[in-house]
This record gives sequence, structure tokens and C-alpha cells, in this order.
Amino acid sequence: MTTGIIIGSLIRYDMLKRDYRLYPSYPHGVVIHLALGFIAAVIGAVAIPALLEKEFTAVTFLALAATQFREVRGMERDMLEGLDRTNLVPRGPDYIEGIARVFEARNYLVMLAALLISGATFIGNIYYGLLMGVATFIISKTLMKGKNIGDIALVRAGRVHFEGAKLFVDNIQFMNLALQQSRETYLKRGLGIIVEPLNDNGRATLANNGQRKAIAHDAAALLGVYKDVDSAEFTPLVRRSLDTGRVGLVIVPMEKDISVLIEAVKRVPVLESALSTPLKTTLGKKAAD
Amino acid sequence: MGGKELEFEKYILAIITTKPEKVSGGGAPVFISKTDEEQDRIATTLARVMGGVVHDLENGVYFLVRH
Repeated sequence: MTTGIIIGSLIRYDMLKRDYRLYPSYPHGVVIHLALGFIAAVIGAVAIPALLEKEFTAVTFLALAATQFREVRGMERDMLEGLDRTNLVPRGPDYIEGIARVFEARNYLVMLAALLISGATFIGNIYYGLLMGVATFIISKTLMKGKNIGDIALVRAGRVHFEGAKLFVDNIQFMNLALQQSRETYLKRGLGIIVEPLNDNGRATLANNGQRKAIAHDAAALLGVYKDVDSAEFTPLVRRSLDTGRVGLVIVPMEKDISVLIEAVKRVPVLESALSTPLKTTLGKKAAD
Repeated sequence: MGGKELEFEKYILAIITTKPEKVSGGGAPVFISKTDEEQDRIATTLARVMGGVVHDLENGVYFLVRH
């Protein structure tokens, strides 16, 4: 049982570390999630021993915990939405929903891991428990991995240029900018990226507006953004070429480093809500050829 | 549902032009300037204060939009 609790909490801690980029973690946020992860681990760990002792009230506790963790999702969503309003480059509701869902799901994973570990220890001995611990650790890693933009599309640099007042990256049009000064800033400091979907699934995913907001947000979060609250024209934009389904990003970063930007865009997670797989249906396949 | 759909997401905050004859009526104030430099300067100031983006109609008329 103790093994279950300890390893369960450790797994939660490990998953939390990988949240930092998604969610510039606040020390108190870490404490909250560690505490909840611990509770999840305890509940999971007691379940099997309790059931074997024919204490069926333990099941009610599992259900109760599920309700609690659903609230975690609500809490994260509310907080991130609140913060998003003052963000220079907002994450967008899709990204926030994705993050919130991940927080909820991770607690269930911890609970499940603790349940399996303590079960193994209870039935066999502590070594079975440790073995199960390693197994669940690996499983949780692969389960929570998810896809990145780099998996569904090719990311390459594009040329930022103007045609009259219209801002382009390669052949994707972004917006009309009147001010000479803004145009010069874009030409001097701006970076352009083209994201080419590898197939129709990727094309549909990249068309999602929430996914595009996530790309803009992550790029800005990693490279910094040359923008203040009163200069709306330097908001990073992600626009789509209707002919090819390619997506372009234009950003005026603090650090002008194209290779870092390409890497950053590649690592943007594919949002669950944006992930679209028309190629898995027969009709989608027909439409593709 | 309800009134929400009737709200405008984008609207013109101001028009800055060197050719007043190209603009008429409407809800936004029109700022008339003599030279292109003046037009640019007025547009920049207005954009910074109002938090909008200046777009160019490419006929001497700039307009400021809140996105």
C-alpha cells in the first residue's frame, strides 16, 4: 500500500515537471497538484486491499474522488481563462481546455497506477509492486506523450515581404498594414514560418483556429514578442493558404532566431480538440484523391 | 444566444486621409491631413492610444480598426 502511494505520488511529480512549458508553473500551483496527486495515490492504493477485505465502501470513495478531480479541471480552466485575458498573446479556449483536461486525466492515471501497484504488492510481495511501479511509469509516459506539430507537418522558414500594404510570408497573405514604421519593423525583425501538413489529416488539424492560436502562443512564449498592449499590429498571426492548406506564422520576436522558432513550432502539442482524422473514414479517403 | 451575435467584433475607430473627397458619412471620425507624413503620424498616435491596427486602402485613405 505504501509502495503504491509513494510511487503514485512520484509519477504525478514526474508528470508535473513536463507541465512547465505548457503552463509556466507557479510554485503554489505545484503544491496544489502534488497534494491532489498524493490524495489520488492514497485512494488508488487503498482500493484493492479494502476490496479484498470486503470493505465495499472503498468503491464509493473512488467515485467521490472522480468528482473531485473533475473540479480540478474546472479550476484550471477558470484560472487560465482569467489569466488569458491579460496575456499579450492569448492561448485561446481550445488550448486551455486541452491543458485542463490533461490535469484531470493525470490524476486518474496516478490513481490507476497506485491501484495496480498496491494490488500487485498485496497479492504478491513488494518486489512485484516495484516491478509494477516501473511498468506503470513507462505506460504513463507513453500514454501522456501526445503528438506534436512536428509529427503531422513539415516546418520550414518563409520569407517575410510586403506587396503594397499587404504583409506576406511566401505566398500566404496575413494583413494590411498602413504604417511605414510598422512595415519596417516587420522587415527588419519579423520572422516567417510555413507549416506544410504531411497529409489531409494534418491539413484538417491545422485548419482549426484553436490549434493556430496555440502555435502563435507557444512561439511567442518561447521567443518573446516585440509587442506591448498598445501595439496590436505586432500580434503573432497564423493564417492559412486556402489553396494548399499550408499554414503560415508571422511573428516579431524579441530574439530573432529562425532555427529556434522552427524547433518551437515543431514542439507545439497537437490539441485533442483540433486533432482531426478524415483519412480514417472511407469518404474522407475518397475525397482525398 | 441572444444579442451577442449582433455585436460587432471589428469596427472602424477612425479614418485618416489626405483625400477627404474619398470619404463620406459613417460612424467614425475622419482626420484630414495635408501630407503623407502627417497622415502617418496621426495614424500612429491614434493607433497607440486606441490600441487598434492601421490599415491602408491604398488610395490615400487609412483606417484604424479595433480587432
